[in-house]
Amino acid sequence: MDYLIDLTKALFIFNVVMGFMFILTWMERKQSALMQDRIGANRADIFGLRLLGLFHPIADAIKMLTKEDFIPPSGNRLLHTLAPMMALFFALISFAVIPFGGIYQLGEYTISLQLLDINVGILYVFATMSMGIYGFVLAGWSSGNNYSLLGGLRASSQMISYEITMGATIIGLLMIYGTLSLQEMNQAQGELLWGWIPQWGIILQPLGFVLFATAVMAETKRVPFDIPEGESEIIGYFVEYSGMKFGMFYSTDFVETVLAAALIATLFFGGWQVPFLYSDMQLDHLGKEGPPGFHFPGDTVISLSEVSVMALQVGAFLVKVFFFLFIMMLIRWTLPRFRWDQLMRLGWTIMLPLSIANILVTGLLILWIES
Amino acid sequence: MAIKKVQRKFGFWERTYIPEVLKGLRLTARHLFRNLFIHMAHQFGLAKHLRGGETYQYPDERRPLFARLRTLHRLTRREDGSPRCVACMMCETVCPADCIYIVGGEHPNPQIEKYPVRFDIDLGLCVFCGYCVEACPEDAIRMDTGILEFSSYSREGMIYDLEKLLSYSRRQETGDRSQESGVRRQETGVRSHREVLNVKPET
Repeated sequence: MDYLIDLTKALFIFNVVMGFMFILTWMERKQSALMQDRIGANRADIFGLRLLGLFHPIADAIKMLTKEDFIPPSGNRLLHTLAPMMALFFALISFAVIPFGGIYQLGEYTISLQLLDINVGILYVFATMSMGIYGFVLAGWSSGNNYSLLGGLRASSQMISYEITMGATIIGLLMIYGTLSLQEMNQAQGELLWGWIPQWGIILQPLGFVLFATAVMAETKRVPFDIPEGESEIIGYFVEYSGMKFGMFYSTDFVETVLAAALIATLFFGGWQVPFLYSDMQLDHLGKEGPPGFHFPGDTVISLSEVSVMALQVGAFLVKVFFFLFIMMLIRWTLPRFRWDQLMRLGWTIMLPLSIANILVTGLLILWIES
Repeated sequence: MAIKKVQRKFGFWERTYIPEVLKGLRLTARHLFRNLFIHMAHQFGLAKHLRGGETYQYPDERRPLFARLRTLHRLTRREDGSPRCVACMMCETVCPADCIYIVGGEHPNPQIEKYPVRFDIDLGLCVFCGYCVEACPEDAIRMDTGILEFSSYSREGMIYDLEKLLSYSRRQETGDRSQESGVRRQETGVRSHREVLNVKPET
């Protein structure tokens, strides 16, 4: 039964991520079109049915799968094939630790809506993200093309620079919540500050949020941080890729965007938390009495069944992720891209010192409050 | 030429990027939601006078053509239906692309002297300069068919002969459309770059 529950959760996560990825390719076309006063792709049809261009992702997939898969003669056959798989694999397994719901008591089962509750939690995400870099570096190197090698190098240096900032930024959160586990962190975000403000990361760490959001957007390698891909130049790690291998890199971008949105939502916007909505387990955790449901400040209680609380919280998480996907898409189609030196200067001389200052200030504040 | 270096001064908030980024996002988001709203209203048959996009859905919807736009050539006819062309070779001579080929023949009417036995235009070579129309003393060639799409799978297919050129007629819609884009701009409420950037026109 445990295996069955785990399998269900894994399938749910995989399908949601892939669904978001699918929607994102459509959203990228349509949203950018509307932002630029255009109509956007709307020609792909099935029996004359166009559905606002929703069939374009399918047309894309068919095109990618039937295109010639070319490996350059000077490239390394094995690594060239392995690289996109690695990139996509590590992007996908990062979702294992992201909690998409709380812990619920359903009948005799206690279900934690998280595939893998390991105590290193957030560090696991960083580890898989760093492993993902190997995919891009290998792609750049094994293509046997100097331009793609340069692209791979750019990818590695950009991602390492911004990962440091990312790691340093969340230390503030770790100090406040005192845990690495994302599920526990989300539980803690349900607590209330002064009795009425939910203790979300954005409220406790506003600077941390700005830094983390920037760094995590740099990790997705999309405009304004698209220097490793360089769609407007020819220097990109996947210049020598075609067919579905290119498609895999392309979908890695979108999967990473979903991951970035999920991380922002989980760390800074309470994840699956809906303000004042608590499940049974969480009421125990907070030491409150009463049935599961909304517990507004001032002792107003709207009681709901455990299943509907679960549905609301999972729904809230998905809505939050979708919202951040929308924001990221908005940023991607608004801002121009950075130049290489600007990118490095921003990463090393602005974001890193700021994130360290953030740690210092957070630490001092915690000391001051506790004493 | 002297290069004038303009030193731009940025304040503290401008250097943090954040307010400026938010301003940019506000601008693009405004366009997004405005267009989204218009498209949704169109689905319910409302606000048809507003356009959700500045673009034309080309095969379904065509751009209005300007009255003086030079489009595919046609040869005009006399009242009796024969071509007006007198094979004077003016157009062939003036053509900078050398795409007109005329063979003249003797006309039975002594007042007309000549008529074209062959009149070929190689549209693959034509540069649509309109000199042939200007040069013609008989008003026999015009470029007012309004036809913009003509293509062929072979170079030979791009050579239009006398029969074909005679078969076209003047385009139906007429009238001055030169103000069209200006009118549309006002309707949609899209502001010019000068308005957006608050730049005063140079005087």
